[in-house]
Amino acid sequence: MRYIILINSDEAAMANMPVEKIQQMSAAYGAYTEALKKSGVWLAGERLRPSQATTSVRVADGKTSVIDGPYADTKEQLAGFYMIEAADIDTAVEWAARCPAASVGTVELRPIWEMADYMPKQ
Amino acid sequence: MDDSPRIARAAAEAAARQSYGKLLAWLAARSRDVAAAEDALADAFAAALERWPRSGVPERPEAWLLAVARRRGVDAVRRRLTSEAGREHLRLIAEEAEARMTDEDLPDERLRLMFACAHPAIDPAVRAPLILQTVLGFDAAAIGAAFLVPPATMGQRLVRAKSRIRETGIPFRVPERAELGERLDAVLAAIYATFAEGWLDPAGTETRRRNLATEGIWLGRLVASLLPEEPEALGLLSLMLFAEARRAARRDASGDYVPLAEQDHALWDHALVDEAEALLRRAATLGAIGRYQLEAAVQSAHTARRLTGHTDWEAIRELYDALLAVAASPVVAINRAVAIAEVEGAVAGLAALYVLGDDKRLDDYQPFWAARAGLLARLGQVPQATEAYDRAIGLERDPALRRFLQERRAALRH
Repeated sequence: MRYIILINSDEAAMANMPVEKIQQMSAAYGAYTEALKKSGVWLAGERLRPSQATTSVRVADGKTSVIDGPYADTKEQLAGFYMIEAADIDTAVEWAARCPAASVGTVELRPIWEMADYMPKQ
Repeated sequence: MDDSPRIARAAAEAAARQSYGKLLAWLAARSRDVAAAEDALADAFAAALERWPRSGVPERPEAWLLAVARRRGVDAVRRRLTSEAGREHLRLIAEEAEARMTDEDLPDERLRLMFACAHPAIDPAVRAPLILQTVLGFDAAAIGAAFLVPPATMGQRLVRAKSRIRETGIPFRVPERAELGERLDAVLAAIYATFAEGWLDPAGTETRRRNLATEGIWLGRLVASLLPEEPEALGLLSLMLFAEARRAARRDASGDYVPLAEQDHALWDHALVDEAEALLRRAATLGAIGRYQLEAAVQSAHTARRLTGHTDWEAIRELYDALLAVAASPVVAINRAVAIAEVEGAVAGLAALYVLGDDKRLDDYQPFWAARAGLLARLGQVPQATEAYDRAIGLERDPALRRFLQERRAALRH
């Protein structure tokens, strides 16, 4: 099964982090990504620019409005993701728990809704 | 000839009872799709009722039912052919060809099914209902009635839990050694919840709830037989058997509540007590103490009165000390306070209760107020005891227990 690991983090807290901490964190992410790839479970993964770089788009009455900033203000922001291949939720949880973000905040695990699964039943 | 439909129906029902969980576990473990496995199995049982009266009951009913259920599953896959599903289809056909099994060959995968139902990703409140439905084949209405939840609500919860198993990718697997303890706790907790719901109907007037205690024991026996080296699985079965053994003694002839210490031990089921003792002894040799073994040991200490004529409160108090360390809860703390009162006197018991006073959960917890009232009464503090009895009476839903508390309250004045 394919799962996505969503990393939510507190950008304000990240911004106030001392340099050594940030370097430590980056090294941890590097090692984690490497481990995912070496184990053959890595499918994709990227870090996102901070939420202030967000552009929200919506179309109403044929008019496209573009808003500077995220759709909703939250305490934690989506900071990045990994997509992995795992046999089941237990294996996915093992990998999610190794993600450096899991020890400072919460990471969310969602199964990918595979095309074959949303064919109408019957 | 006229009897054959009845015999076929009885055979199908017997097979359902014996095999439902085994067949469902086998089917669901392969696809993780519990709902589809239930549908396929329901079709197979319907086909059996239709065909067996004409052709006779097959020699190996389980294998027959499984073959029909799997063919039904293959058909369902064929109906939604995509490249992905097509591969699945071929795999199922290959499996079918390879598996010409007899009933004896059918591996028992009910334990794996139970671990899936009690997985940490499943809401704890729905684990016991889910096990009842998948392992025993109960419908949502029966489960709802037993757990005092409207059938429609229970049905929704079960449907949601089953989609969660499939969509989240919950494995059908007995966890590895390192994880087994915690996961097994969840399975045992679900079984104990089943038993406890049944136990709440002491008079046995609500058949469905009383049966739940029996089903809890049945599941406990199943897990103990599948994991005979797990001390807590044996401990839970022992605990349930000790409690079940005293069922008849919990009420007197007029239906009034009889406290454990005053029960006539001639009414206990001594065969069950012996079995519970043997299980507990075996669990103790396996070298890992736990909550259920300790609770069973408390029961054993109470039950020893049938041989010694008195209750060893000192031993019971020590067991509650140990329980408080491994599984602290308000219930354990209250029972420990009662044991302390028996050993050291009512003042010490009350002191142990007072320490709990901050716990807001106790405000509407009947046993806390009943214990407090009993200890205050012993000290002759009539106004406070009366007040505590009133709280306890107001919180009790079992009429027999309410009458018992009312009698104790009335006796205060004399």
